[in-house]
Amino acid sequence: MCGIVGLFLKDQSLAPQLGAMLTDMLITMTDRGPDSAGIAIYGGSEAGRAKLTVQSHTPDADFETLAADLSEALQDQVSLQQIDTHAVLDLASEKLADARRHLAAHHDSVRVMSEGESLEIYKEVGLPKDVAARFDLGSMSGSHGIGHTRMATESAVTTMGAHPFNTGLDQCLVHNGSLSNHNSLRRKLRREGVHIQTENDTEVGAAYLTWKMREGASLGEALESSLDDLDGFFTFVVGTKDGFGVVRDPIACKPAVMAETDQYVAFGSEYRALVNLPGIEDARVWEPEPATVYFWSHNDASTSQDKAA
Amino acid sequence: MQQFDLEAQGLRALNSTLHEQAGSSNQTQWEVVNPRGSHAIAVGLDAPIEVNVKGSTGYYCAGMNQQATVHVHGSAGPGVAENMMSGTVIVEGDASQYAGATGHGGTLVIKGNASSRCGISMKGIDIIVHGNIGHMSAFMAQSGNLVVCGDAGDALGDSLYEARLFVRGSVKSLGADCIEKEIRPEHLELLAELLERGGCDAKPEEFKRYGSARKLYNFNIDNAY
Repeated sequence: MCGIVGLFLKDQSLAPQLGAMLTDMLITMTDRGPDSAGIAIYGGSEAGRAKLTVQSHTPDADFETLAADLSEALQDQVSLQQIDTHAVLDLASEKLADARRHLAAHHDSVRVMSEGESLEIYKEVGLPKDVAARFDLGSMSGSHGIGHTRMATESAVTTMGAHPFNTGLDQCLVHNGSLSNHNSLRRKLRREGVHIQTENDTEVGAAYLTWKMREGASLGEALESSLDDLDGFFTFVVGTKDGFGVVRDPIACKPAVMAETDQYVAFGSEYRALVNLPGIEDARVWEPEPATVYFWSHNDASTSQDKAA
Repeated sequence: MQQFDLEAQGLRALNSTLHEQAGSSNQTQWEVVNPRGSHAIAVGLDAPIEVNVKGSTGYYCAGMNQQATVHVHGSAGPGVAENMMSGTVIVEGDASQYAGATGHGGTLVIKGNASSRCGISMKGIDIIVHGNIGHMSAFMAQSGNLVVCGDAGDALGDSLYEARLFVRGSVKSLGADCIEKEIRPEHLELLAELLERGGCDAKPEEFKRYGSARKLYNFNIDNAY
């Protein structure tokens, strides 16, 4: 199964409540996915600064000296804010690649959850309500965010197998379904030099999008080609710096409900996830069509692109 | 009229209370408030009662229904009226995937649109949809009638047996072994009755009929055991 929720605010006066609304939606989806939970939240950016969200199983030991160590290695100011097993590193955008190289070389036990100017990803094993409490997700604010509750089918229940997956700067992916060609695609992507850490099928989906975009595709084009290249069942929700997108495979077994009002666009695996949103009684509620890529953006007009099944 | 607050009293209490209503019950009118997309509302009823659900429902609302009338004043999640035997289910809004799947009898009326796989493997149920239906509807449908006042999606009636499909609008594509068939006077008569039962003001003459070409494996006597 698995549950997906997403919330894109049109009315920024709701921004302080984004975390609370998404958390409520996420917990409602517990019986679709009690194994692990995660949330990607777009909390805003500062020009020239980037955020690296990292995770460790021994956070107190790892994070104590991490900011100082990185500041020295990069010869630049790096600050760190620890939230349970995660920490958000704030650093200059142009130091991002160096910081990742340094972490990979010198900090084995620190794993990168996300990188971007606005995006932060928090995910752990456990019931959604417990994961939400660990990170105090309910207190977070932002312009949009997506969340996922996992019922594992294709690979182990681990932090790295939890969703969302970071696919590129300020981009992330959550998935309900199962990909059946992920082994062959993983081998292909590794040959192309794409770094894939786990045996998880969704990570391959995320890596596929990363690779397509590295080859020059836009996110929309990458999602469209995923309809041809990914075999299996999927409802994907992708987060971008400006908004979110939705695409379902042509068979569309995996459920999806959208709701739109003047204040927000919301996504839920089930209508249940949406019932506490303000004004839901009068919202336009519909199911996204199969094999169609939808986008909502704070910057551009919203689009839907039909791709023949 | 009996009122039941699903949020306060819970799903098991609702369904067991409704199951207690036998044919002789004088509590024939029920209203369920605060459904909030819950699953399995009014499942397995077997009495001539009327249940009005005041809001939208989740998975499998009114599944396995016999005799009862279940009226959803909102939209229905996946599998509404799945395996219905008799009675009536009315959805004021839209229905999600596999509405009326495997239904043996009774009437399912959807006043909005139905999603994919509407009437999949239907076995005698009558389904009347005021709006459109999604892809792979009436897949392996065995008997009964599916009436669509709007358009049908891809692969309508794939691997169809003897169910009759009537579509007023366009059909995106027909599934394997599904063909358009002539509408004879008896079909117009049947359709008029179905449209009236479904509360549609469409005219029978506006519809096209689709059915099985009877060319697939099962229809060839040489393949019999």
